[in-house]
Amino acid sequence: MTLAQTVRIAALQGDEAVAEAVRQCDVDVVAAYPITPQTIIVEKLAEFVADGRFGGEFVPVESEHSALSACVGASATGARVFTATSSQGLAYMHEMLYNASGMRFPIVMAVANRALSAPLVLNADHSDMMGSRDCGWIQVYAENVEEIYDRTIQLFKLSEDPRVMLPSALNFEGFILSHDKERVRLLDEAPIRSFLGRPRPKYRLDPDAPLTFGAIATPDTYYEFRAQQSEAMRTALDVFEEVERDFERLSGRRYGAVDAYNTDKADRIMVINGSAGGTMRAAARALNAAGENVGVLAIKLYRPFPVDKILSHLSDCKTVITMDRSISLGAQSGPISEDIKSALLGAGMNKRVMSVIYGIGGRDMLIDDGKKIFGMAKEGLQFGQGSIMYGVKG
Amino acid sequence: MYEQIKGLKELPTDEPLSPGHRLCPGCGASVVVRQVLLAAPKDTIVANATGCLEVSTALFPYSAWNRPWIHSAFENAAAVASGIESGLKALERRGEAKQHPIVVFGGDGGTYDIGFQALSGAMERGHRFLYVCYDNEAYMNTGIQRSGGTPMGAWTTTTQVGSARGGKVEAKKDLISIVVAHRVPYAATASISHWKDLMTKVRKALSKDGPTFLHVMAPCTRGWRFDSAKTIRMARLAVETRFFPLYEVEDGMYRLTFPVPSPKPVEEYLKLQGRYSHLFLPQNLSELETIKNGVTNNYRRLEKLSQITAQTLAPEAQPTVAR
Repeated sequence: MTLAQTVRIAALQGDEAVAEAVRQCDVDVVAAYPITPQTIIVEKLAEFVADGRFGGEFVPVESEHSALSACVGASATGARVFTATSSQGLAYMHEMLYNASGMRFPIVMAVANRALSAPLVLNADHSDMMGSRDCGWIQVYAENVEEIYDRTIQLFKLSEDPRVMLPSALNFEGFILSHDKERVRLLDEAPIRSFLGRPRPKYRLDPDAPLTFGAIATPDTYYEFRAQQSEAMRTALDVFEEVERDFERLSGRRYGAVDAYNTDKADRIMVINGSAGGTMRAAARALNAAGENVGVLAIKLYRPFPVDKILSHLSDCKTVITMDRSISLGAQSGPISEDIKSALLGAGMNKRVMSVIYGIGGRDMLIDDGKKIFGMAKEGLQFGQGSIMYGVKG
Repeated sequence: MYEQIKGLKELPTDEPLSPGHRLCPGCGASVVVRQVLLAAPKDTIVANATGCLEVSTALFPYSAWNRPWIHSAFENAAAVASGIESGLKALERRGEAKQHPIVVFGGDGGTYDIGFQALSGAMERGHRFLYVCYDNEAYMNTGIQRSGGTPMGAWTTTTQVGSARGGKVEAKKDLISIVVAHRVPYAATASISHWKDLMTKVRKALSKDGPTFLHVMAPCTRGWRFDSAKTIRMARLAVETRFFPLYEVEDGMYRLTFPVPSPKPVEEYLKLQGRYSHLFLPQNLSELETIKNGVTNNYRRLEKLSQITAQTLAPEAQPTVAR
């Protein structure tokens, strides 16, 4: 394939890759508050501002709540808007997450995933975003630094599409990806900007055509607003494919809403998201080389949930292993497991499902761990039998 | 520079806030909005905190607002305004939009209490907007609960009057002092009873390149328990008894804009309001005395501050956050 541009190789941390993409995407307003492990993003952007390399406004707000509130105000003017946070910061934004999506502002946010306090911990799990799962934001989980860079660019395109107009959250695990330095093939600025175009919202705060944003609804009208958001989420599934296709023309890179390894032949398929996807593929490859037959299905696009794509990969296996890097306390299993079980049930597929919780609060997940879990799945739990808390001590 | 308003005929005829909204008859807040927006340029953008004003003027699919208007949440109006300002700035550089004056309306709850952090942050960052606190001295929208702006002695549904205690025990927060501590270029109090003073202050505030603040008394007929025909009279009495002095702080310089050399007795203001009726029972006379002393002391403090800052501060001597 002939690409529209040359690429430049760089060694970047995940956070740095986000900042570089934001700079290249010609963002108008960044409003953010520092929180570990997201801090490199704001520091890097502040560096760009100081060097005159960032043409937008950088608003160093006094809290995450105000970060997203400022994004809401900026987005209402028709500007391209970005923020970034983690953990407690995302929780502090919680109210505004619903507000931003309900008002259909195409804000893009990077979330360097980190577990929630108490006890306070700085390391990764997905419980921050999973706690805000139903907030009406498009949610993508990246697996490596180059994907973080690519997805940042893609999500502006997806969110700002007039058929979508929903905010997006790009998730990547704190430290594991935010601080990990990897090889990234950076794209040129000009083709990225022509790929994105400028945001052209139908409605904006404009004295020549005064509009009311954020009116109060009643039981007669509220439901319909939510139904429209739900419809936009469904549309986003298709637009996501278009964006990926167009981005492939630009970069030669395509990830899919899900990434499947050996799912057409495997007897056991592990469903996972985030950075451990690659680790689990390595574990699966090693096992398959030793004569076993296992597969990995990595969920990249988590909301909207690409249920048809997921089911098409699970139809032939005997056992599904669901991997959750968050705990839904008191529930039978983690959110991904519940999603997968409900998808299987809805499609009339009666599979053995083994629900696994792993990597909570930054607990390591290595190739050997993957091999062990595939081994445990030879026996496996049945539907509704709770979760295995893999790697917990005592 | 700004234009001083001398007469009613100078006011624009267009209505920034249409009639037909759902605010109570005699509501002070709607008068605040009209006076502020009639003094502001027509291309003003409005951000509104959650509260009476917001819920009563923008009930989907209707809107009373003839200005671009946005409501997001209770505690974030100042943060939203800082986003609007930043968005317009960035877009103006691209030639995709122009900057416009931004006016924020928040009640006392949304300003003194839950929205205070966002306001403080936005003022410290120096965004250019005029924040108007319409102060009806309690959470009226949710049913008259006490706020940091509720005055001492006032009955509210969370500072009830009973045999063990009567009304709010604590003093009202001194909001302007806190705002002034941010070294904003302009902060002032205003009253809907003194509309020329109020409108001049709006124009003065909007002429400043930075965050400015207006604290406007907005009598609430439901919460204060007074006849809805007497809203403006209540506002005027608050000024004439020195209960709510009209003053401004421009670049650190204090000035009483409507000096009250011979004040009416504070009782004249308090007696008209049901929320203070218990203060006139014999057992509460000492509390009434405390309130009256507070009014006297506050006015003296402002007189002193005006003298001191006039003597010690040249207008350019006080650094502000204007950029």
